[in-house]
Amino acid sequence: MATLSPFLSKTPLSNTPTISFSSSISTPLKWKSITSFSPSGSSSSRSRRRIFIVQSKIREIFMPALSSTMTEGKIVSWIKSEGDVLSKGESVVVVESDKADMDVETFYDGILAAIVVPEGESAPVGAAIGILAETEAEVAQAKAKAASAGAAAPASHPVTSTPVPAVSPPEPKKVAESAPSGPRKTVATPYAKKLLKQHKVDINSVVGTGPFGRITPEDVEKAAGIAPSKSVAPSAAPAALPKPAPAAAPAAPLLPGSTVVPFTTMQAAVSKNMIESLSVPTFRVGYPIITDALDALYEKVKPKGVTMTALLAKAAAMALVQHPVVNASCKDGKSFTNNANINIAVAVAINGGLITPVLQDADKLDLYLLSQKWKELVEKARSKQLQPHEYNSGTFTLSNLGMFGVDRFDAILPPGQGAIMAVGASKPTVVADADGFFGVKSKMLVNVTADHRIIYGADLATFLQTFSKIVENPESLTL
Amino acid sequence: MHCSAAFSQAATSATAVPTISGSRHVGALHSSSSSSSCTLLIPSKPINLRFCGLRREAFGFSPSAFTRCSNSQRVRLPSRRRFKGSNVSASLGDNGIPKSFDYDLIIIGAGVGGHGAALHAVEKGLKTAIIEGDVVGGTCVNRGCVPSKALLAVSGRMRELQSEHHMKALGLQVHAAGYDRQGVADHANNLATKIRNNLTNSMKALGVDILTGVGTILGPQKVKFGTDNIVTAKDIIIATGSVPFVPKGIEVDGKTVITSDHALKLEFVPDWIAIVGSGYIGLEFSDVYTALGSEVTFIEALDQLMPGFDPEIGKLAQRVLINPRKIDYHTGVFATKITPAKDGKPVTIELIDAKTKEPKDTLEVDAALIATGRAPFTNGLGLENINVVTQRGFVPVDERMRVIDANGNLVPHLYCIGDANGKMMLAHAASAQGISVVEQVTGRDHVLNHLSIPAACFTHPEISMVGLTEPQAREKAEKEGFEVSVVKTSFKANTKALAENEGEGLAKLIYRPDNGEILGVHIFGLHAADLIHEASNAIALGTRIQDIKFAVHAHPTLSEVLDELFKAAKVKDHASNPVSEPVAV
Repeated sequence: MATLSPFLSKTPLSNTPTISFSSSISTPLKWKSITSFSPSGSSSSRSRRRIFIVQSKIREIFMPALSSTMTEGKIVSWIKSEGDVLSKGESVVVVESDKADMDVETFYDGILAAIVVPEGESAPVGAAIGILAETEAEVAQAKAKAASAGAAAPASHPVTSTPVPAVSPPEPKKVAESAPSGPRKTVATPYAKKLLKQHKVDINSVVGTGPFGRITPEDVEKAAGIAPSKSVAPSAAPAALPKPAPAAAPAAPLLPGSTVVPFTTMQAAVSKNMIESLSVPTFRVGYPIITDALDALYEKVKPKGVTMTALLAKAAAMALVQHPVVNASCKDGKSFTNNANINIAVAVAINGGLITPVLQDADKLDLYLLSQKWKELVEKARSKQLQPHEYNSGTFTLSNLGMFGVDRFDAILPPGQGAIMAVGASKPTVVADADGFFGVKSKMLVNVTADHRIIYGADLATFLQTFSKIVENPESLTL
Repeated sequence: MHCSAAFSQAATSATAVPTISGSRHVGALHSSSSSSSCTLLIPSKPINLRFCGLRREAFGFSPSAFTRCSNSQRVRLPSRRRFKGSNVSASLGDNGIPKSFDYDLIIIGAGVGGHGAALHAVEKGLKTAIIEGDVVGGTCVNRGCVPSKALLAVSGRMRELQSEHHMKALGLQVHAAGYDRQGVADHANNLATKIRNNLTNSMKALGVDILTGVGTILGPQKVKFGTDNIVTAKDIIIATGSVPFVPKGIEVDGKTVITSDHALKLEFVPDWIAIVGSGYIGLEFSDVYTALGSEVTFIEALDQLMPGFDPEIGKLAQRVLINPRKIDYHTGVFATKITPAKDGKPVTIELIDAKTKEPKDTLEVDAALIATGRAPFTNGLGLENINVVTQRGFVPVDERMRVIDANGNLVPHLYCIGDANGKMMLAHAASAQGISVVEQVTGRDHVLNHLSIPAACFTHPEISMVGLTEPQAREKAEKEGFEVSVVKTSFKANTKALAENEGEGLAKLIYRPDNGEILGVHIFGLHAADLIHEASNAIALGTRIQDIKFAVHAHPTLSEVLDELFKAAKVKDHASNPVSEPVAV
């Protein structure tokens, strides 16, 4: 407890006036790469508060991302007004994020031609909040641009406050009771509303199961397909208010003897993903692959703990290195998202559910490490201890039903990924070789489903060609 | 509680010398104020022990709320001046005007204000009685600050234990923190009981007569209590306090629509509770309820949450206390109608726009807590007998707490302190006002500087303030033509706060650069409520920044946050200490 000396290590107190947060929180927040909002890769070397995009001589001022968790920001105040001449490095606007208020500087000289988002209003990260013109002459043009941007702005306002017709018909009894109070509206608890926003879930797509049909945080998490966070009030006090039993959904009449079992969280997530997949235009390409060499290799490495899954994942990863577009994904329908890592998700059936543990950087790990990693993941999946990044970071999925004797099938593309490979069983087949000789070889059919917005037929075909070459000459897998 | 054993000894020795009288002896002890001095004195001077207790009680309550009273003693001295109603009437003169009084001072209301006044009165040698129609301790001890601190102590720990991130950062592992509602409720109730007993005993021990019954002023210097007991006193202090204010249209059933009175009993923890009002009562309860697993919706009539706090502090507090928690809010709305849950229907709250009065929304929640402030309690006080008319319910007083009658004249020998006068509705303010009144009636003029009274909100982390907010200071500066400067420091720069992994916080000093006067200090951060006193004492004593900046703070402590503020303040060179270097005018 020798804490008497005032000269002991004191944190340097950084209460310097240069920090531009208006609340003067001394530790500067990390500036997340704001440049990622800029479609023009040219500015990628510029970091910090430079938020403008070169676009002729009229530039938009964007809502910057001031923290990793910021999704929208509120304009606290415009330091400059319309018509003010700005010089590089000057503070223009104060933005309030979920963490702090910060001054945002201009990176360019120019004239603040128009303010698109006025003080006190919010805009999502990346949205234009003001227009900067380089010269006086361009101000009018910039204003026109602002007018069009402004027209789009209201759409970004929170929708939660607009009354929406109830999605699920409430219990008939309740309708009668509450009839005088006007149309029923959807009620969501405060935390549920936060989660709706956070996970970008439309309130209308959630069915409330809470008391009085309200939407609870659990409902939102279910709808968002994530595991419900553990209850915050663990040994919750005996509630004085009797909770009405969850009302059974008054759906189509049930056949006698049938029962209704609600989805588990995992099943709900699967259901949600499957519905979402319908919005993606997919196509399928199949390919036969001779596996004798692979089988031989497998026999060799099996004693070292290598599994067929690891072999196939490694082969797919190596092929993806050569065909990066198949590893890409299309997030917004407008662009390619090129993934820096090759993360192979492998579908695993797990009693009553389905999960896709991810072998991260499958191209970089060697076969043995990959096998070991896989073993750990399966173990975790069984004990339900997979962390989110261990099941949702995949960039390409592998699904293998060969062990059941399935010779071919096609898979549904999971949201957020570009392609999924369905692997059938390897079966002895009579094949004729190039010289016309017949022989019996083990043949396996693989079938890849891909998002045609970004991956075209030839991409997939050449990828499969590469994949088959790797599998038919598998020595490279052990390198 | 290390003192209690010593004090039971003390009680025995003191009873052995029952003739000690006159609290003037107390002066000997004034210089030693720490509680350890009690223990030191025991062996040699048993005679002084009583005063030791007195001293601690008298001052324990004055400036800094009630945390200290938990240390108070269990001195049980026989009360020597037991009052008997019949004897008193005999002492009245024939024409109804008392020639000699039963008491020097009568205080109506035994809350914290009355208690503080009573102890100080005894110290000043006044024969004192206190009238209480309900329970000793008043709102603070029974239905306010004290039990709420018990709940907040629980919520603070729950919050910490539930914050996996926080625990992990400290290297701790805690699994599934849970709570038992009844246990929590009992803790709050037991604390209130303990403090109430301490208060009662401390007054009895000093010989303050506690008269039970509702007090009514019959005329100048004459009070009735209970049904027909009449007593007279040279001076009278009204300290009747306040009750929760419930706006009209709101039906309080005590179960699903409640006030702080009910909430403190913690009879149930609703899944979703609406809190009407986002002042410090609402904020503290939101801290309790969210820690216990409830979701909270704030309803605030003003455009911003936490009105009354310095805007910058309010903003940061909102980021820490509201946004990341399971709380949402409606601002700029009035709750015009709140119907308790019944017949299987939830609590419904009708909201209208505060400005346009248009209906805005209807909320359906499990419970609603009305925290819209407090209304003075002056029912049955007999103000009409002395021609006093309340203003919005408050008893009008001048800056010396002297009651003003309907004609604008002072009512002689009548004072009003605490929530009933509405000057500053804080328990310790009431107590300070009471002490100020006692000073006056014992011949020393005293005007309390309300700007030196600190206030605190015991959320996690806490908020505290003293003096002016920044907008208030700027407005005053504008009017009086001086300059205002502001310095701020973050708890992130404080070693102790970082050691506790509680770097979230801000302290802010508003001052005059021309003379170094402290205008206001606002703190949001770990233990802010305890930290504010350095600033409030400086304001009360008129200490200037250029002097206090040389005071040494132990390292590493949270109080260095204030040290940092004082050192960061830029006082102009010519400003000097007016006391040590008088300037010729």
